[in-house]
Amino acid sequence: MTLRNPRRQVEMAGPIKVNSLLDRLEINRESVLVMVDGALVTGDATIADPAEVEVRPVISGGSA
Amino acid sequence: MKCRSCRQPAVVDVRRHNAGFCAKCFVRHCRDQVERAISDHDMIPVGGTVLVAVSGGKDSLALWDILLDLGYRADGLYLGLGIGDYSDESGRRARAFAAHRRARLVEVDLPADAGFDIPAGARAARRAPCSACGLSKRHLFNAAAVEGGYDVVATGHNLDDEAAVLMGNVLRWDLAYLGRQRPVLDGGGGFARKVKPLIRLGERETAAYCVIRGIDYIVDECPMSAGNKHLGYKEALNRIEARSPGAKAAFYFGFLDRVADLVAGEAQSEREGLHPCPGCGSPTVADVCAFCKLAARAGGHPPVPAAAAPEGDAEDAPAVRGPG
Repeated sequence: MTLRNPRRQVEMAGPIKVNSLLDRLEINRESVLVMVDGALVTGDATIADPAEVEVRPVISGGSA
Repeated sequence: MKCRSCRQPAVVDVRRHNAGFCAKCFVRHCRDQVERAISDHDMIPVGGTVLVAVSGGKDSLALWDILLDLGYRADGLYLGLGIGDYSDESGRRARAFAAHRRARLVEVDLPADAGFDIPAGARAARRAPCSACGLSKRHLFNAAAVEGGYDVVATGHNLDDEAAVLMGNVLRWDLAYLGRQRPVLDGGGGFARKVKPLIRLGERETAAYCVIRGIDYIVDECPMSAGNKHLGYKEALNRIEARSPGAKAAFYFGFLDRVADLVAGEAQSEREGLHPCPGCGSPTVADVCAFCKLAARAGGHPPVPAAAAPEGDAEDAPAVRGPG
């Protein structure tokens, strides 16, 4: 799967629930979107194996 | 998870609403939230012209897209800040969006128009980059809106932004900043009216909106923002939110409902004694405004007025529509 900011690749065995994946990666689910094979998925979705997963951060901003 | 509205499979979950949405219903949810924010706070006058501050990021492009779809006469303003490849990439996305929507994009280039860029400005003024950037953006957005005769400037500040700023202001008990932390800042005296129509949407929602709508926004974070306090506050709030969904909304909207009016006077006194800056004409209480001081220290000059106007491309603009 692809993790962004910074961009890096991680291999992980599936199937696995999206929320479980984020827990294992120690990523706060409020701070990312997860896309499987290019499509948005909810936290309770199951990610098949194989699948292309992108975990995209959504936190942005310097000055406000 | 099923869509709360139509019971089709959901693609986005929003825990503070305890709800999931399919793509179509999520887009409607986002538009509804923006429409409600505009209505609740009387942000945009009927038939008014809007200048959207566009960075090429998810929030500003989502905001511009939604305002256009809601029928507002909304132009974009992009500021080139001279932050290397990041500015090149963000500018390219802002232009691509404008071309796709056949919307008008006004551009101001800080290095070309004011003679310095943000990295140089921050170094020269010994300010944090985000401080120099924020100061420059506020100044240039305001100047472009006033010169262009726009009724309001709309910024992409979302619920997460506002909650994080509130947290910073509360931690310092900065009453003047708390007094002006409102969804609408009135215009007058050289200030454009400023509105924040995204306050009812979190940044996870604006990012999902862009993905669903196929809006190509710049995902990478500004290279100069690493480690800033604002991002730290957001991370702290997201840790709370993960345990208590809705905490950020309760924090921010509780402030607006129960505290903002109590501290409004603290900000009002700041506008007393305003006069035009001798360098650029913008309102200031100092001898010279903060932007002109920054430009002077960085070897720049007061900016050349932006060629902004609410007219133009009218034949491509959507039908004018206001709240209600």
